[in-house]
Amino acid sequence: MMTYSIETNVNGRPRAAEVTARDTLLDVLRDHWDVFEVKNGCEQGDCGVCTVILSGKAVNACLTLAVQANGKDVVTVKGIGSPKEPHLLQTKFVEHGAIQCGFCTPGMLTSAKVLLDQNPKANRQEIREAIAGNLCRCTGYKKIVDAIEAAAAKPES
Amino acid sequence: MIAKRADTESAKVDYRVIGKPLPRHDAWGKVYGETKYANDFKLPNMLYAKVLRSRYAAARLLSINTRDAEKLPGVVSVMTAKDVPNNETVTRFGQTHAVGGFEGLYRVLANKKIRFKGEAAVLVAAEKRDIAEKAMGLIKVEYEPLEGVFDPVAAMQPGAYQVGEDKSNIICSYKVRKGSIEEGFAHADVIVENTYQVPMVDHAYLEPESGVAWLDDDGVITIRAATQVIEHFRGVADVLGLPHNKVRVIAPMVGGGFGGKEDITVETYLALLVWKTGRPVSLTYTREESIIAHGKRHPYIMRYKTGATKDGKLVAMEAELISDAGGYVYLSPWVLLYSTVQATGPYDIAHVRVDTHTVLTNNTFCSANRGFGGPQPCFAYESQLDELAKQLNLSPLEIRKCNYLHTGDAMATGRVLEHRVETEQTAEKVLEALGPPSKPKSPPEKIGRGVASSMMSYGRMMFLHDTSRSFVSLDLDGSVTVRCGVQDIGGGQASSLAQIAAEILGVPLSDVNVYIGDSALTPLAGTTTATRQLYMSGNATLKAARVVRDNLLKKGAEILNTSPENLDLKDREIFIQNHRKDTLGLKKTDPECNVNYGGTRKAVVAVETCVDDDPDRVVALEDVVKACAAEGMPLFNVAQFNAPTRELIDFKTCQGKVFADFTFGTQAIEVSVDEETGKVTVLKIVSCYDVGQAINPLSAEGQLEGGALYGLGYGMMENVIMEKGITLSPTLAEYLIPTAVDAPDVETIMIESGGGVGPFGAKGIGEPSCVPTAPALANAVSDALGVRIYELPITPEKILRALGKI
Repeated sequence: MMTYSIETNVNGRPRAAEVTARDTLLDVLRDHWDVFEVKNGCEQGDCGVCTVILSGKAVNACLTLAVQANGKDVVTVKGIGSPKEPHLLQTKFVEHGAIQCGFCTPGMLTSAKVLLDQNPKANRQEIREAIAGNLCRCTGYKKIVDAIEAAAAKPES
Repeated sequence: MIAKRADTESAKVDYRVIGKPLPRHDAWGKVYGETKYANDFKLPNMLYAKVLRSRYAAARLLSINTRDAEKLPGVVSVMTAKDVPNNETVTRFGQTHAVGGFEGLYRVLANKKIRFKGEAAVLVAAEKRDIAEKAMGLIKVEYEPLEGVFDPVAAMQPGAYQVGEDKSNIICSYKVRKGSIEEGFAHADVIVENTYQVPMVDHAYLEPESGVAWLDDDGVITIRAATQVIEHFRGVADVLGLPHNKVRVIAPMVGGGFGGKEDITVETYLALLVWKTGRPVSLTYTREESIIAHGKRHPYIMRYKTGATKDGKLVAMEAELISDAGGYVYLSPWVLLYSTVQATGPYDIAHVRVDTHTVLTNNTFCSANRGFGGPQPCFAYESQLDELAKQLNLSPLEIRKCNYLHTGDAMATGRVLEHRVETEQTAEKVLEALGPPSKPKSPPEKIGRGVASSMMSYGRMMFLHDTSRSFVSLDLDGSVTVRCGVQDIGGGQASSLAQIAAEILGVPLSDVNVYIGDSALTPLAGTTTATRQLYMSGNATLKAARVVRDNLLKKGAEILNTSPENLDLKDREIFIQNHRKDTLGLKKTDPECNVNYGGTRKAVVAVETCVDDDPDRVVALEDVVKACAAEGMPLFNVAQFNAPTRELIDFKTCQGKVFADFTFGTQAIEVSVDEETGKVTVLKIVSCYDVGQAINPLSAEGQLEGGALYGLGYGMMENVIMEKGITLSPTLAEYLIPTAVDAPDVETIMIESGGGVGPFGAKGIGEPSCVPTAPALANAVSDALGVRIYELPITPEKILRALGKI
């Protein structure tokens, strides 16, 4: 099968792989590069646990072909913040109890990050819409929305 | 942000670590993407497995030809039933105690009659995942399709198609009899009789079934898998004909369970392939595989006839419940027993007659799902109550208040509720919280309100003789280790144990490290099912921690020249009570502060301490620990907690105690229904439970919020649609669960009566929290429209049909 060489930056680290035309970004992240913080929940674009930031946009890695990521920046939850430098969203998720099983969390945080990058004062409804593609079965979403709202800039009164 | 915590008359104990809304210790690893779930794990030389599944729901398996698949380069092993040492084993229910009553056949790979579409037939292991997939296409399976039976009522009839090899499709039946049903109905001024139906639903956890297994250097087959039950190591060993101690199961953090990872999923397949190849093997189900091949929540058909006097007192209830078990028995008898015992709900009724049956069909098999037989009858009995109220011109609250069971009352099974029952209070609180009714926005919109109460057990059935064990130790620096074989499926099962140990040993939560979920190295704690872990393992941890505390206080008393009763233990100090200057407590969350938790990071709560300066009256925990160590005084304990037990009940009457205790609660919902489109919008939802004592209010609230949304999905949209045994909704694009835009903000209220049998008087809340939502929704829709929907889920289509618009 014909292969293609791709190069990307994952959380600032250069990565390269030989991929087939049908390999998804999710396949390459997990199988080639052991980027396990990007979860695999359905491979059909329905659940959102594999959400990553590709050139500033939140995408489902399972619906993105690996070749589409060639030459682009990929940011995962580990690129948003780390134990040394936690992102406010991560801190707020913990403080608000927005974490239960945690399987949706990496995708949820990447969607929230893109939302706040584009709309720093997002309100609850805008938050709900931004994470509508990220399923969570544990929390009922309320604490997740609370956490994102707490990380958003306060609207001017 | 924190739910209102209702005051109760119980005297409040001033706890130091429990009862605080602390960030869970496992949350940090999860937000940083560091938590390694079952599928986030690779070993050198690892093979990838796939499972070939039956294309038919009912068929005879005639032959399997694997030759071409075996010849494919990269294929290492292909296994069928003939390669499995013990392909059929029988479980007698109860991980540690064979109780009899029923037997459940566990058939690893199909070799006779195919009982449901998706039944596993062949295992393949290959060097790469795509090779395993390709090999599946080269396997030739010959079937003789059979007629099958897909409707449980038809399956019950004499002469029906036989799903399995047994004589009857009826797995079991139960009866409850109280008083005289004829006499009861004779006393009734009004009687309502209806038939209700609830669908098959999926757990839809975000993490599909997954695991990696390997042969360890000690010859032990080690399986690291997403499971609620590490104690399946025994069942797996039995399949392989190995001693139980030659199979080890490790449960990493699990990406959601809800009962769907209670039965064995990938474990046996992995163990077989490791045993055959000697190499590590990885297997993860696709989403479609997950939906078609793991146990579902049982669809029920329920006929309820309920009678009341004109002042609203229930006098008679007759119920017949039929549950569709699908192709294999699994936990169906027990799910049905829960439904049977709880068929009358939290109500006192003089005359009761309940008949229940669970039946094999050629549908996907059903087993445990959050609520375990609780949500189905609750939909029926709570709908019935509103129908009676309507006819009697009573409010939903009035009729319920006439009938709630209270502490000291007996259920229909004769079981006296000796622990706290606060259902009435929960009902009053949810209605109060609902506030004034919303106004409809436009003419086709109708506003309606509904309420529903429920009771649900926590802890397993008493005749299963349940136990849990936990190990607690102090290290030389005063840090604490808990080892307990719980599986953490996201509910904070591990973190609550850390909180309990910290409370008892007088250390901040950050000083406690918890090791969980390893059948070889952590004391066995039983299943993370039946809303039992806080109750069982919380009590075991409490017991172990108290032994360690007693030893500390004994030594501390020697040092301080006093008696242990005069001492207290807090913030890493042992001190003479009423002396310590106490200005403290938990101050803030500090994400910069992290300690190790099983390779991941965890939260630390910074605690400011105020040290008293009188050395005669205060001694540091560390110094006491060192003094104990110097003298060989043990600072560890492994404790076992045994739940109360009884012998197997008589299934013809189901009388007496089946469960140790119950959790009581009420939910209220306000909806807006568009009469033109049938669309239901949930405007408000309030959930109130007596949680006994919230060990971590943030986690307990999370359960209440998540449970309500789980229940709302059941009420509004979830449905595994099957047609002649074929699943028509095998993806999350067809099997819909609530998204963030469907979800209202669930308002939660916790009553803390302290009246539970868990640690510190806690009750279990994980499953009970999802039980009454669907009937509360149904009652709200009925209130809005004046017509009732008798079948879940309540879709726009059903509403328009009920309104006669289509």
